[in-house]
Formats: sequence, structure tokens, C-alpha cells
Amino acid sequence: MSATAPTTPAPPATVGTRNTPGPSPARRRSAALGLLAWLAGILFVLPLAWMTLTSFHSEEDAATNPPSVAASLTLDGYREFFGAAGGASPWPALINSTVASVGSTLLVLVLALPAAYALSIRPVKKWTDVLFFFLSTKMLPVVAGLLPLYLFAKNTGMLDNIWLLVLLYTSMNLPIAVWMMQSFLAEVPVAVIEAAQIDGAKLPTVLARVVAPIAAPGIAATALICFIFSWNELLFARVLTGVVAQTAPVFLTGFITSQGLFLAKVCAASLVISLPVLAAGFAAQDKLVQGLSLGAVK
Amino acid sequence: MTATAAPPAGTDAAAPVTHRPSRLRAWATRAPLLPALVFMIVVTQLPFVATLVISFFDWNALYPDARSFAGFGNYQEVLTDPDLRKSVFTTILLTATVVLVSLVLGLALALLLDRKFRGRAAVRTLLIAPFLLVPVAAALLWKHVLYNPEYGLLNGLLNWVGGPQPDWVSNTPLLAIEASLIWQWTPFMMLILLAGLQSRSPELLEAARIDGASNVQIFRHMTLPHLRRYLELGALLGSIYIVQHFDAVFTITSGGLGTANLPYTVYQSFYQAHENGLASAAGVLVVIGSLIIATFALRVVSSLFREEVSRA
Repeated sequence: MSATAPTTPAPPATVGTRNTPGPSPARRRSAALGLLAWLAGILFVLPLAWMTLTSFHSEEDAATNPPSVAASLTLDGYREFFGAAGGASPWPALINSTVASVGSTLLVLVLALPAAYALSIRPVKKWTDVLFFFLSTKMLPVVAGLLPLYLFAKNTGMLDNIWLLVLLYTSMNLPIAVWMMQSFLAEVPVAVIEAAQIDGAKLPTVLARVVAPIAAPGIAATALICFIFSWNELLFARVLTGVVAQTAPVFLTGFITSQGLFLAKVCAASLVISLPVLAAGFAAQDKLVQGLSLGAVK
Repeated sequence: MTATAAPPAGTDAAAPVTHRPSRLRAWATRAPLLPALVFMIVVTQLPFVATLVISFFDWNALYPDARSFAGFGNYQEVLTDPDLRKSVFTTILLTATVVLVSLVLGLALALLLDRKFRGRAAVRTLLIAPFLLVPVAAALLWKHVLYNPEYGLLNGLLNWVGGPQPDWVSNTPLLAIEASLIWQWTPFMMLILLAGLQSRSPELLEAARIDGASNVQIFRHMTLPHLRRYLELGALLGSIYIVQHFDAVFTITSGGLGTANLPYTVYQSFYQAHENGLASAAGVLVVIGSLIIATFALRVVSSLFREEVSRA
């Protein structure tokens, strides 16, 4: 995305009027639109900013009307969230979420990389059909198989088992990963691979020395996007886990009903649990669209 | 698994010039694909087939012995039961509202961001942030921090200017859910449309400007036609994600006040009411809805995809 920015031509008006005294109407309009963009950005981030501020307020200051913007800051909300007052500790849920997200992301990479290879660098016959089969499975909603999966888990003793979620999150993300990686691997020039092979390089060498350096940023972005989707998932986790394998979003559902003064704690909890997603999302920012649009938009 | 029949892919791929029995070669090429394919079929397609089968049975998990074949009975019940039928309409209304509003807002933001101005990257980052909140966390933020009638931010701001103090979730429950989803999904639409805007040919735009085309003319006759497929893509992908959205409905209203959509109904009818047959029929209906949208989505993706491939 940022790569295309320099190629966009500057508005001609700003170039032509640079030397004239006083801002021209076109220039003033341009400045106004820039200001509007800033206002929109601030408006969109305002709820999030307010949540951050509230998480650092005491419960009493958090629950005032009109709001106390300048109240003194404290870490009590975070202490409460991490179980200082004897509530349930969020650590097991955070660890479960980490296992489910990282585990499924690794499994996705193991399955998707060879598949993407067979769909781009050394394509099978009718490879577009295969690619679209993967995409069509992504269009199948979660509820399509929820009940049989629940019954299966119940009968095999897999209920409340984090490894079941690892498998399900893998199936949730595999189509996206195959699509994204296919498009990244397709960017590796065939001529370069052939040249290396003519020089006698074996396949592992070609993959490690030629393909990996070119495709690595894309693979990393794919992994981050799979991580985000797994970390966010609620419906499977809610139905298939209980006490032991509870994930972070399920832990958050404990805040659905009000419990007296608990705003600061809710804000702290929401922020802490969203932090990995915010970090991964900003890290993968440039490839985010490509992942979310299943590779259709670059 | 059939993959075992293939020789190690390494030796084969490294020697594309050797002449082997072509069948063996074909399997060697396919081998890397098979684990992913088999995994997807087992984990996604089989459960759906099971859902399809269960949907034709009258089956309450609390009375497992009373299981009997019901034909289309469950579908009839889903479509005639007033509550269930309402959830079909709620799903359609929720999806259409969220997708359309966030698409329009996303287009406006994308157009603003397509221009050069000081701090463009920073504004883009600010705008993406709502999308990067865990959906349950975002829903909690709206439910407790913004909508709370006593000390929520919305009523706090209204109080400052001496406005009324409405109970947002009770008065307009569906709108409350829609607003929170629009806030989260507008950035998604903006990102897709911004990518569309930036894929316009700069030379063509320059040529149009030199020929004296006004900004409005450029937008109507060049930008909009170019963006059409990106708008379609945003609308369709948004629909696929929102049709199966569960988190905000579950968090903000717990499906109460007439806001239960089909995914919530499926969840509730088997997880709480143990009506397996009914839940499956509702699930199959969600799938049919998604498939209708997906057919169009696949067409758009495939046309964008062909363009990419032919350009490469």
C-alpha cells in the first residue's frame, strides 16, 4: 500500500499556486479535507481512547455522569482484572488462547505452505478449481457444523479440550492462508527457480535460498492474520470449552452482566485481551486487506 | 492416505527434465496439496453433512429415545414459528444495515485518505484501530462504557449539553448492535476501497485532468466504475462475515428484545433448549443464505483474480 503512495500524482493545484500570495481556494479546500480526515480518525478512535482512559481510573471516577475526564490515574482496574480482589484469574484463559492461536497458526503453516506450493510454483492441473474449493469452505458458516462437532466432542471426551479448538481454528484459517500464500509464492519469478535448478540446486536449497527470502514477509503476515482470527473466535470456544479450556473471549463474556461498579475492570480486561490482536494487526497492516479479502485485493 | 504412494517430492521437483511415468509425476505434484485438502474435507464438510442429516430428525437431546424422522418438519417449524421467523428477518436486516452503512462510510473515508495530507499514515492507523479490537471486547465497550444509561459516555456527553438520558439498549436494541458493528466494520470497507482507489492507473487520471475533466467527472466516470468490483467485494465479504456474526448479539442483548439472529438462534436452540433437529434446520438455512451470497462473492473474487493472473 505504502509502495503505491509515491506514484500518486500530487494535486496539480498545489504545484501551480505555490508562489502566489495567500492560499488559493483549491489549496484551502485541500487543507479542509485533510482536517476532515483527521476529525474522522479521531471520532473513530474516541471510544477506544475513552476505554483506555477509563481503564486507568478508579471505579468511582469511572462511573460518574457527566464523565470525569481529568480524574487521577490508577492501576486498580488492572489489578482487579488480574485477580487482586480474589476473582477468577485471567491467566489460564490467556494461556489457553495462546495455545489455541499459536498452535493452530503453526498447523496452518505446515498444511498451507506445501499446498500453496502445489498451487503456484509447481501447479497441479486445474489448480484454480482447487483454490476456489478452499475459498468455498470459508464461505460455510461456523453454525453449519457446530452441533455435530459438539456431539462428536461430547461422545469422544474432547469437550473442554483446547486441542479440539486448535484443530477447528486450523480449518477456519486454512483457506485464507492457502489463498494468501498462493499469491505470495506466485510472486517468486519462475525463471529464478529454474536458473537455480539448472545450476544443480536441490529442492530444499531452492526453497530455502530462493523462495523463502522473497515470500517470507507475506508468510509472516499470513501467520499474523491467522493468529488474529483464532484469538478473536467466540462461538466455537463458548460451545466447546467450559472451565479448563476456556479462552480469553469466553473469559470476557463473564463481564456481560453488570456487577456493580466494574467499568474500569471491564476496560482493563478488554484492553489487555485485545492487546495481542492490536499488536499483530498493526504489524501486518500492509497485508491486512489482502488477508481479509482472501487474496482478492492486493 | 494416497500421499504415501508418491515418491519424495524433493527428488522429483528438482529434475523437471527427466521422463518418468506421467502418472507418478502427477501424484508427486499433487502430494503437497493432499494433507490440506483432506483436512478441510474432514473438518468442515463432514460436520455439515451431519447437520444436514440431523435437520431431518425430530430430536431433543433431553429425550434421546424419542428421536424420529421428521422430513421437512423442522424447516417448516423454523419458517412458521413467529420467533424463529423473526430471527430470519433480524439476520437479513442486521446484515443489510451494517454492510450498507459501513460501505458508504468506508467509501467516504477511503476518498479522504486517498489524498495527500499531513499525517495520512497516522489517520489510517487511527481508523483501523476499531477493527483490531477483539469482537467481544468491542461489544462490551459499547454495552457498558458507551450505552450504560447512568454513567455511559453517550449519556455523559448528552448531560454536558443538557440533553435527554435515554436507555439506548432497551429503547433501540437492534440499532445499538448495528452501531457497534458499523464502528468495527467501516475500517474493513475503507481498507478494501482504499486499495481499489490506489489501484487506479495514475497515467489515466493524469490524462483525464489534462483533458480538463473536473473532479466530479473523474469520480463519476472513472473512479466509480473502477471501484464497482471493490464495492461488490466489500459488500459480499462483509455480508458473509456479518450473516454469521454472533459475538455482538450475544454480548449486548443476549439475543433478547427481538435481536436474536440466526446464528444466535442456532446456538440457543441446541445449547440451551437442546432441540438438535430444529437447530440443525436453522443452521442449514444460514448455510443456504451464505451460499447465495457466496456464489456472487466467488464470481467477483474470480474476476479480480483472473485480472491479476493475466496481468502477471
